[in-house]
Amino acid sequence: MSTPPKAPDMKIPIPRGPLPIFPPERPKRLVEITIDGKPASVPEGSTLLEAARTVGIETPTLCYLENLTPVNVCRICVVELENSRTLVPACSRKVEPGMKVQTDSERVRTSRKLVLELLASSVDVSTAPQFKEYMQRYDAAPERFGPTGSPAKAGERDQIQPGHHHAADGVHAETVAQPVKVDNDLYVRDYGKCILCYKCVEACGVDAQNTFAIAVAGRGFNARISTEFNVTLPDSACVYCGNCIGVCPTGALMFKSEHDMRQAGTWDEKKQSQTDTICPYCGVGCQLTVHVQEQQIVKITSPLDHSVTNGHLCIKGRFGYEWVNLKK
Amino acid sequence: MIVLWGSNARAAHPIFFHHVLKGIRNGAKLYVVDPRRTESAQWGEKWLGLHVGTDIALSHAIAREIIANGLENRSFIENATSGFEEYQAYVEPFTLEYAEKECGVARELVRELAHAYARADRAQICWTLGITEHHNGVDNVLSLINLGLLTGHVGRYGSGLNPLRGQNNVQGGGDMGAIPDRLTGFQHVENDELRAKFEKAYGVKIPAQRGWHLSGMFDAMEHGELTALYVIGENPANSESDQHRCMKLLKGLECLVVQDMLLTQTAELATVVFPAAAGWVESEGTVTNSERRVQRVRRAKNPPEGVRDDMTILCDLADRLGHSLGHPSAEELWNELRTLSPMHAGMSYERLEKSGGLQWPCYDETHPGEQYLHARLWERPIIGPLAPFSPVQHDPPVDLLDKDFPIRLTTGRRLDSYNTGVQTMHYASPLRWGETLDLSPEDLQRMGLNEGDMVRIVSRRGAVEAPVRVDPGLKPGLAFMTLHFPDQVATNELTIDAIDPKSGVSEFKATAIRVEKVSMKKKQEAEAAVSN
Repeated sequence: MSTPPKAPDMKIPIPRGPLPIFPPERPKRLVEITIDGKPASVPEGSTLLEAARTVGIETPTLCYLENLTPVNVCRICVVELENSRTLVPACSRKVEPGMKVQTDSERVRTSRKLVLELLASSVDVSTAPQFKEYMQRYDAAPERFGPTGSPAKAGERDQIQPGHHHAADGVHAETVAQPVKVDNDLYVRDYGKCILCYKCVEACGVDAQNTFAIAVAGRGFNARISTEFNVTLPDSACVYCGNCIGVCPTGALMFKSEHDMRQAGTWDEKKQSQTDTICPYCGVGCQLTVHVQEQQIVKITSPLDHSVTNGHLCIKGRFGYEWVNLKK
Repeated sequence: MIVLWGSNARAAHPIFFHHVLKGIRNGAKLYVVDPRRTESAQWGEKWLGLHVGTDIALSHAIAREIIANGLENRSFIENATSGFEEYQAYVEPFTLEYAEKECGVARELVRELAHAYARADRAQICWTLGITEHHNGVDNVLSLINLGLLTGHVGRYGSGLNPLRGQNNVQGGGDMGAIPDRLTGFQHVENDELRAKFEKAYGVKIPAQRGWHLSGMFDAMEHGELTALYVIGENPANSESDQHRCMKLLKGLECLVVQDMLLTQTAELATVVFPAAAGWVESEGTVTNSERRVQRVRRAKNPPEGVRDDMTILCDLADRLGHSLGHPSAEELWNELRTLSPMHAGMSYERLEKSGGLQWPCYDETHPGEQYLHARLWERPIIGPLAPFSPVQHDPPVDLLDKDFPIRLTTGRRLDSYNTGVQTMHYASPLRWGETLDLSPEDLQRMGLNEGDMVRIVSRRGAVEAPVRVDPGLKPGLAFMTLHFPDQVATNELTIDAIDPKSGVSEFKATAIRVEKVSMKKKQEAEAAVSN
């Protein structure tokens, strides 16, 4: 070997270089549409939901979340599109030039109202805060379907085979009420509160965690979220990232700590503070929103718009705080 | 293209791996180089299951294959690097055939990775402790840097060489000067002009020579040169290799001060313990993550009674020692730092709050921070010094395998636990099964063992007992343990303190062991002795 290369002198600071260069963004055409009679001009590829926001119209959503792919299942965000036979979901329908959209027509209001009534008559929506607001906004009266039917026994709904459903009695409102599934110390599944929005399935799957521990099983009214072959969570592929809890809009998936406190009547959001900080574990630097009640951490979430997490965490970040509460 | 080398990010950096998965969904190819077929490797286009400690041989073979096929980036090499000819000559003997024999990776796989890496528009190599926790960890890193220089996959958007940092502020600790030869902002302590700037600001003389790194401190204890130790937020009694030696040295100190959030095993040995607040949730300040992003940590709750945050403890101690440092707020202290460390100068608290974190260097308040480093290498002519190729020597692990110690033990993390477990042992993880000796199905069968059988694991330094568990991701002759359960199994009684002189890190990743069956009779006798 000839003379070895001379290493740079580490004592001398390296001079400042140029700024990083990023690939140019493809310019986006603006698309002109009309929403409730108001003109809106938005970049191509925007959804009707995003377009409505630019003219100050807030659209109700249940199955939509910024960090997930829209699946169009809840139908609460539907709007009326001129020359379209059916109402279209605002969360995923992309803008096209010249579209004329009604977001608050009689047809839209009736449809949204019925969606809310069907869900609220069959599902416990008591821990879904935006539900109450939406029900008032659309005068939803779920009680008109009659008194709630009797709840299923533990595991009963999980056994129903497709095609084996019973007919409704015509008096009682059909219900998904059933006992809470508690099979581990970190989170509970209260499927009596599940509106089948698919968000948990998406967060567990390709949109974030890619673990695929849960999917939709069954058909029609008997559809439900299930692990493979309905095994318990500890026997499933679940890795307890809790990203399903993070996206659940109804409180069907809940931290066990929160569930237990609610049962004991000690859960009090008025006494809680929320502080953003950084996870104490690995070097990724995930932003945590720490919920504290009476100097105890009661749960941990993450902001959807943070560039590191996009709202998603791992088991340590979400649940590994217990030692701080124990510290005396 | 993404190369994960000596990294099980799916378990150790789960949210970073979310971004990798997004890349895979967008068409990026993932190649995983790791002795174990880990949960990360399962997502790879290909897995290169090399023998422990043969990283440099594999890296040189990849380089040789790239050069032999004319796939190196000539114009980048000529503009921005030095020592290419020597490097080319040095790697010449590292043929695909040699790599297959030495590293245990099929030559077709080495060839495929070499070609894919060299031909990719954008490619990153990400590594973790599988690269650094060796007696020649720095050389391992240099061998990967060589690949980046050879192909120009550095200093450009989407390309780069990324060490994934293992702890939430290990990057920030180094940035702040917790490195033997650096002051804050990586300014060299042996550079008179830089040191003078700090001396002027602090009003004290700073020693003009570099200090010891962690392993150097233990050597100094052995030689009687170091008799007092102040440990902040570290648990060497559990985390250091060759624990018998480590414990002996810690116990032999005249004075041991430990400042920690919990009463660790190290704290139990201490002369004085300062109970500290949890930095991430009971105090104000900043931490710096793996992408050099400085982010705010905030107090969400009060520390327990009588517990102070780290900064208050240090300032209060200074008061008692008769050299008051004042009692600055976290922000005031940060602003002082910004006057001394040019790469942090532009990061006001206001900007950090607004932006959700800035990546250094950030030279002034109009500077956006830098998503990637080393853009200077692409300037013509280059700004600053050339980047040198490093013809580093392939040097297998120190703890040799032989007839008495035929199995290679490597260590790492599991998803739900962290380091010596002081923080993670308290939450009820359904994924936790405690410490086990993980072995390949072939070895389990060969030794006539069943899952759950207790075995005695013997190295040249110590012996521990643990149940065996089968891991089909392990090759025959390879075993795996963690450091998460030191109270149950003190894995570091086995590991070797063969230390990389350049970094001070021990070879945690390569221990020679043998596995002995614990006979039921002996086990019952032992249990009877305990119960009596």
